This record gives sequence, structure tokens and C-alpha cells, in this order.
Amino acid sequence: MKPLIALRSVAPLLLTGILVALVQGSLPDYWYFVLVVAGINIILAVSLNIVNGFTGQFSIGHAGFMAVGAYTAAKIVMSTRGLVSTGAGEQLVFLGALAAGMVTAAIAGFLVGMPSLRLRGDYLAIVTLGFNEIIRVIIENSEFLGQATGISGLPKLTTLAYVGMAAAITVMVAVRLLQSTHGRALLAIREDEVAAEAMGVDTTGYKVRAFVIAAALAGLAGGLLVFYLQLCTPKSFTFIKSIEVVAMIVLGGLGSVSGAFLTAAVLTILLETLRGFSEYRMVVYSLLLIFFMLGRPAGLFGTREIWDLLPRWRRKAAAGGAP
Amino acid sequence: MRFSRAVAVATLAFAVAACTEEKKEAPKPAAAAAPAPAPAPDKIIIGHVGSMTGEQATFGVSTDNAIKLAIAEQNKKGGIKGKQIELKTLDDQGKPEEAAVAATRLITQDKITLLLGEVASSRSLAMAPIADANKVPMISPTSTNPRVTKDGANTRPFVFRVCFIDPFQGTVMAKFATEKKIKNVAILKDVGNDYSVGLADFFQKKFVELGGKIVAEQSYKDGDQDFKAQLTAIKGKKPDAIYVPGYYGAVALIGRQAKELGLKVPLMGGDGWDSAKLFEVAKGALDGSYFSNHYTDEDPSPVVQEFIAKYKAAYGSVPDALAVLGYDAANVAFDAMSRAKDLSGPEIAAALAATKDFKAVSGVINIDADHNAVKSAVVLGIEKNKAKYAATVNP
Amino acid sequence: MTEFLQHLVNGVSVGTIYALIALGYTMVYGVLKLINFAHGDVYMVGAFSGFYISHALGVEKEPTLAKALAVFVGSMMICGVLVFLMERFAYRPLRHRARLTALITAIGVSLFLEYFMQLSGWFGPASAPFPPGPTPRFFPQPMSFETPDLPLGELSIQKVDVISFLVAVGFMLALQWVVYRTRFGTSMRAVSFDSQVAGLMGINVNRIISGTFIIGGVLAAVAAILVASSRPSINPLMGLMPGIKAFVAAVFGGIGNVPGAMVGGLVLGLAEEYVAGYLLSSYRDGIAFALLIVVLLVKPAGLFGTFRPEKV
Repeated sequence: MKPLIALRSVAPLLLTGILVALVQGSLPDYWYFVLVVAGINIILAVSLNIVNGFTGQFSIGHAGFMAVGAYTAAKIVMSTRGLVSTGAGEQLVFLGALAAGMVTAAIAGFLVGMPSLRLRGDYLAIVTLGFNEIIRVIIENSEFLGQATGISGLPKLTTLAYVGMAAAITVMVAVRLLQSTHGRALLAIREDEVAAEAMGVDTTGYKVRAFVIAAALAGLAGGLLVFYLQLCTPKSFTFIKSIEVVAMIVLGGLGSVSGAFLTAAVLTILLETLRGFSEYRMVVYSLLLIFFMLGRPAGLFGTREIWDLLPRWRRKAAAGGAP
Repeated sequence: MRFSRAVAVATLAFAVAACTEEKKEAPKPAAAAAPAPAPAPDKIIIGHVGSMTGEQATFGVSTDNAIKLAIAEQNKKGGIKGKQIELKTLDDQGKPEEAAVAATRLITQDKITLLLGEVASSRSLAMAPIADANKVPMISPTSTNPRVTKDGANTRPFVFRVCFIDPFQGTVMAKFATEKKIKNVAILKDVGNDYSVGLADFFQKKFVELGGKIVAEQSYKDGDQDFKAQLTAIKGKKPDAIYVPGYYGAVALIGRQAKELGLKVPLMGGDGWDSAKLFEVAKGALDGSYFSNHYTDEDPSPVVQEFIAKYKAAYGSVPDALAVLGYDAANVAFDAMSRAKDLSGPEIAAALAATKDFKAVSGVINIDADHNAVKSAVVLGIEKNKAKYAATVNP
Repeated sequence: MTEFLQHLVNGVSVGTIYALIALGYTMVYGVLKLINFAHGDVYMVGAFSGFYISHALGVEKEPTLAKALAVFVGSMMICGVLVFLMERFAYRPLRHRARLTALITAIGVSLFLEYFMQLSGWFGPASAPFPPGPTPRFFPQPMSFETPDLPLGELSIQKVDVISFLVAVGFMLALQWVVYRTRFGTSMRAVSFDSQVAGLMGINVNRIISGTFIIGGVLAAVAAILVASSRPSINPLMGLMPGIKAFVAAVFGGIGNVPGAMVGGLVLGLAEEYVAGYLLSSYRDGIAFALLIVVLLVKPAGLFGTFRPEKV
């Protein structure tokens, strides 16, 4: 049983890696790009869901964490350029830079998470929004970070396989977190913070940790995005981006990992199909947003998961003994 | 449980159905941009990526209008190599990643021959590597950042532009100000806009080099409506002039508010000022100010006068700088395509690089080794709420 | 000293506008606990309504007081109807759902207004087509302010600013009276305190909520016309930044608190002004937010909000 469980946590990663590696060669450039964007949106949505969906906090500054991760990674790769040869060395530096981006984003998440000790609801929302804006203002004023133009001329290191694996890791982190003691504590905070505290849950500690995890994953998404675009500018990380991600998770159902996953993917692809409308695209999109929300107020899956909606599989799993 | 599943599936199906259905009923005004059926082989498709919506939509729309005009003209003349030209415009909402997706789609799905765009350097920088990788020539009408046509130290083989670059335009105004015996200048720039920041930087460098002094540096942000805080601070420093390298929307308000505060010094700016809207909103507040531009509408040459007349007839307004450069970008492209041996990317790029003495609305265009347009700039003075020719500055 | 006073004048003039918009946020939040994301866009619609009415009346040729009033009242009515419809069809059906649900329809409405107004014109003259398209439009002065400005030496105070200030303060006092001295205001505070119990006490909750929205919309229209009269360049995205700033102002003063929103707006306007004037204008927005965060860390419910500990 033990190795089987170990396998269960690695299998999705391996599977996505192999699958994407097989597919990516045969994809036309355009769909490749769309899938990269979809994958990055999946990482963003699923990770923000840890804060907004699981823990019930209200963060609207996710793009700020993306920016921190992206600029860290971009700076590291650009400063080591010329020191390492292209190929394997560059890939290693890239992976290291992404990891460093995750760390700095996590630190930023820790700093922003701290005020959530004292603030709740909409006050916290304003702090996260403010953080997002402050990051943008700092970047625009910093010559080191390239001001409004940003950092250009990055090598194209992100591949669909990387994005796919990062998305798989994110989903795994979210699912495993949800099923752990840690996740139960987060849910308890969401349902009733006072009761959770009374039951001995260290609410502040858990909230900050949720922030840190989400921020690190957002930093990863940011790093992947800029190394696909080969350009890192503050325009990619405005609060409008943050709002888009919030829309994705509410549409998918707050707290539902598969909901966030599906809506992130569907919305990205939907927006691409609508591209032919030109100026009418966002009008159609906004109407769809309104009508979908009116028609299905709890989001696509509510707080449930897609597998909760497939009764037959579950019954089989229950018969098999292992939940 | 079963019910909710049904609803979930139904809503998803609805969403998909809604978008496929509405595609059929796509309203006609968007027809020019709507996806067309597979291109007939006797057609040349040109792509344009622009911000048709979003904060900078007014520039994208101007550019697109002018490109449409240029294409209609060329088609009337019989097209290129006997083939008619068709335009496909995609919106990028002013976001770099959207610009990159749109460029990829045009190049790989629609198989365009040539790519026009983007207005802003930050989005052109996202598109340039894609054009290069796919060997499709790209002409940016107005991206002024030197890095757009550069990949590190090398010139991007497939990326061109028809406008000045920041280092040139910034120095034009610095030289002009020095000639006007202006000593102390305050700078007011749009900190979120690379065009504005770039111009301000190069202006400052050259102006200080020529012996001038920068007494204050203030900034604003796109979408701001109130500039009095910055202007009051500038007033306290008593400058001889204020350099405002922004776009006309903000500049008109800055002019008005400077006048309201009793700041009677001239403002100076760049080609972002060139729009009839500037005068409509400023209502004389900018009299005595100067800005650098590509051309003057007083220029009697037929290229200029015909374009202004045609643009007015088609869209009911005087073309702004964005429209002029969009028109020029399209025409430079047509010129190169007719000179090229065939319509493959490398051939067109070679022809573009060899562009010499092309008579465009914005002046005589020569493409240099860095794929930048080399042309002289004019400085226009504003008198009685109208732009009047003041000087020509050569590169 | 003149410079300091000048900054004070500028800051108050911007701050009153923030305050007017912030009132709409704070009242809607008070009764519904909903952040009406589309509020900044209602402000934009107010400016454009004024623009169309001005064009229909020919304000640019000969501005008169009667026409100015017509522009004012007309755009207030249009915004009132718009927010009424918004509440009725986009928010009311979701009232008993999770709060974030209505937030998403609010974002949807906001996007719809912004992008719809950016479409190129379907009909109307070239000078005022509908929808207006993305190009900035010139807002004709509803009244002529040709008379000389106040003679204060170096200090410059615009007539139009004085009038805006007076109008804004007038509306705020009127609102204060409505909220604390009328039957409607009492019901509104009751709904804000506990809408269920208020309903049991015979208050028509739906009507009170509609009324609250309409007041907010009308105030946004007032702010829009005042801004457009002195800064006459309007475009479909003009509501984005004032919307966020006003939201910040509302939270700053303690969201849900009417006097708090007014003070919050003024403080934010002044803070921005002095930061831009004496420190660094490029950090203007950043410092405004940083200040807000510091205030919230000291007073977690804003300046005037009362922190109610949750009872179980």
C-alpha cells in the first residue's frame, strides 16, 4: 500500500510530463501558445483558490505575487547570461531562477499575509489590492527593473511541458492540502473563524501559510509567463489581471480545485474563440459572465469537486475500500 | 447530485453554444475584422495587431483606420503583383501577452504575409521575437523604443519601424529649446508609459549636455485627470519651460490646468501631441507651446494634402500622428512588397531593408542598418489654438 | 506658503470628488455588504450622459444656467435608472447567495459598461456618436465661467472649483439629513444593521436597497459632471482609477460609514496632493496605498468604523 500511495503523488506529474512531451511537437504554434496561457491561468486560479476558496480570505492582489516571481526569475537569468552555455546549463539556471522567484514571492506573501492577522474581509482585499499597486509603482520607478518598458530580450525557455508539470504540481498541492489536517483547518477557518479558534486551530498561522503557498505558486506562474513572452513588463501584472483570476475561481466554485482548473482552461480558450469578434469580444465575455453567475450562483461545481459529481466512480472506489 | 451535474453540463454547453452561435450573427461593423473564410490564393493577407479596446484604444483605432485607407487605395490601384490585399485586425486590449497571442495567431493560423503593429513599444517587444522566429516581416508604425528592432546587440532581421526612435526625438526638442535660449526646464512624464519615459530620458541627457538645467522632475499616470499637484510643485521651481512628452488626452488637460494655476511658461512635447483633440480640449491654453512632429499639415506636397483630405472624407476627423504613421507603415510595406522578387518573408524583409527615399506623409523615409526610419523632424508651435510650422531638425 | 495653500486647494478639490464617489460605495456596502465594482463605471456613464445631453441642447454654442441644470438633472436621472436596473437584474437575484457571487456580476457589469462604451458609433452625429468609442471626448462647459477668478494674488482658485466644492458639500449635507433625519434614512440604517429583522419590522427591504443604490448612482453622476466641467476630457475608462481611489477612501473612513467616506475622500485627496507636491509624484499611488495599509494596521476597521467583535 505504501509505495502505491507514493506513486499516487508522483504519477500525475509523470503522466502530464509524458503526455505533454508527446503532444507538444505536433501542436500548431498558436494552440501551443493558447495552452501555455491556459496552463498559467490554471496555476493562478488553483493557487488563489487556496486563499480565497479554502481559507475564505479575500485576496485581489494575485498579480502582484506574479510580478515578484517574474522579475526575480528574469533578473537572475539575465544576469547569468553569458556565464553559462546554452542548453543544459541554461535550463538548470532557469529552473533555479523559477525556484528563486517562488521564494521571493513567498516572502512577499508572508509580508502581505501578516496583516491578515488583524484584518478581515474587504479590508484585507484592499491591502492585497494596495500591495499589487505598490509593486507596480516600484517597478515603474526602478531603473534596475527596467521601468515601464521592463526587461526585454529574455530567452524563450518556457515550454508547454514545464507549464503542464507546474500546473500538475499546483493541482496536486491543492488537492493534497485539502485532504490533509492542514486543509481541514483552512476549511474550518472559512466556515467559522471563531469556532475554529475555539477548537484550537492556530488561525493566524494557517492563514499566513495559505498566503505563502498561494504566493509562491503565483510567482512560479509569473516566471513561466515571462520566459514564454520573452518580455517582462509591469503591464502584464496589473490589478485587472488579479480580478480576472478572482472571476475564474468564483465561476468555478469557490473552494473547488477542479472547478478552478476547468474554468481557467475554459475561459482562456473561450476568450480565444471570441477573438474574431474584435471589439465585441469583451462585451460578449462580460455578458456571459453575468448570465452564468445568475444562472449558476454557486459556480460551476460549488464547493464540490468534479469527482463528487461522478457517482458511479465513487461507488466503485468505495467498494474497493480505499477512499 | 444528478441534477447539479446536468445543470453544470448544460451551462457549459450553453456557453460554448452561445459563442459559436453568436459568431454567425456577428454584427456587420466588425466585418472587416471578423474571421474570413480560407484565403483565396490570389489574395495577400496583412495582419494588424492593435489595441482596439483598453486604455490605449484610441491609438489602435486611429492606426487601424489609416491602414484600412491605405489598403483600399492600393487595391484600387490594382493591388500588389496583381493580387488584392486583405486586412485582418486582432485586438490585444493593450496587454503584451495578448499582443503576442494575436501575432502568433495571425502568423501561424491566418498565414499572413506581413504584420503591422503595435503602437506601443512594450507590446511590439512581445511580438518581435514571434515575427523573427516565423520569418514574417513586421513593421511597427509608432514603437519608438530602440530595443524593438534589436535582439541584444544584433538587429532583428524581420522587424522594422517607420517612426523616429526616442534618442532622436528627445534630442530634437533639447536642441530646439537650447536655440530658444531656454535654460531651466521641468519635466512632467507619464511614468507608466515607455514612450513618455524614453523621450524624457533622452531629452534630459541631451539638454543637460547642451548646458541646460532640469529643475524639477514630476510624473503622472495614464488615466489621471488632475495634474495640479505636480504643476503647483513645478511652479515653485520657476522653470522657463515644461517638457511634457505624453499623449494628447493628458497634455490638453495639463495645458488647461497649468494656465489655471497661472503657469505662463511654454510646454514642449513630442509627436504624441498631434491630434485635433488636443486643440478641442485645450481651447487655447497651449498657445506658445511647441512640439516635435513628423510632418506639418501646412506642407503643400500632394502626398500630405491628399492623405488629409481622404482621411477626413472617410472618418470625419483630421488624422492624428498615429493615423499618419499607420498609413505610412502600410505604404512602406506595399512599396517593399512590389519591389520584392516574391512574396516570401525573407524577400520582403530584404526589400524593406533597402527602402530608400520613400516619399511618405511623415517625410522621406530611409531605412537604416538598424531597421529604423531615418527622417527629419519638424517642430510645430501652437498659435491661436493651431499648430504652425516653426523649424525643421535633421537627424 | 502660497504653494502649501495651493496644494490645500487642489487637494480639497480632488478630495470632494473622491468623497462623492466613495459615498456610493459605502452606502451600498452598508446595506448589502457588496463592493459594487461597477460604481466607477456609473460615474463614467454620468459623464457621458451629460455629454450627450449637452450636445442635444447645444450647450457649446450658448451655455446658460437652465441648460447647466438640465445637464445636471438629466445625467443624475440616467445614472439613477442605470443603477436601479443594475441592482434589480444583476444583484437582487443573488442577494441570498455567497457575497462573492454578486461581486462577479458586479465585475461583469463593470466590464460590460467599459467595453460597450468603447465600441465604435452605431448612430448619432460624428461629434457625438453612440456608443462613443475609445477616443477622448471634449465635454462642453455647461456654464460659462468667464467672470474673473477670485483675486488672491499668487493663489489660484477656479470659480468652477468653488462651485463644485459648494455643490458637493451641499449634496453631502443633504445626504446626511436623509440618512439621519428621515424615515427612509432610519429604514436604511435598520436594513444595514440587520436586514432580516428590519424586514420583520415591516420595512420594505427591496425598496430601501433600490433607494440606496439610486442615491449612490445620483451622487456618482454629480461627481462626474463636476469633474467633467473643470477637466473636460472624458473617455470610457475614466471611471477606473477614481473608482478604485474612492473605494480606498471608503475603506479608509470605515466602509459602511457615511461621514467616514467623506472624511476618507478628503484625506486621500490631500494625502495624494502633498505626496505628489513635496515628495515624489511618481510614487503618488503607491504612497496613497501604503498610507492606507498603515492606517488599517493601526485601526483595522478604518478611521470611523467600529470594530465589532464577532459573537457566537
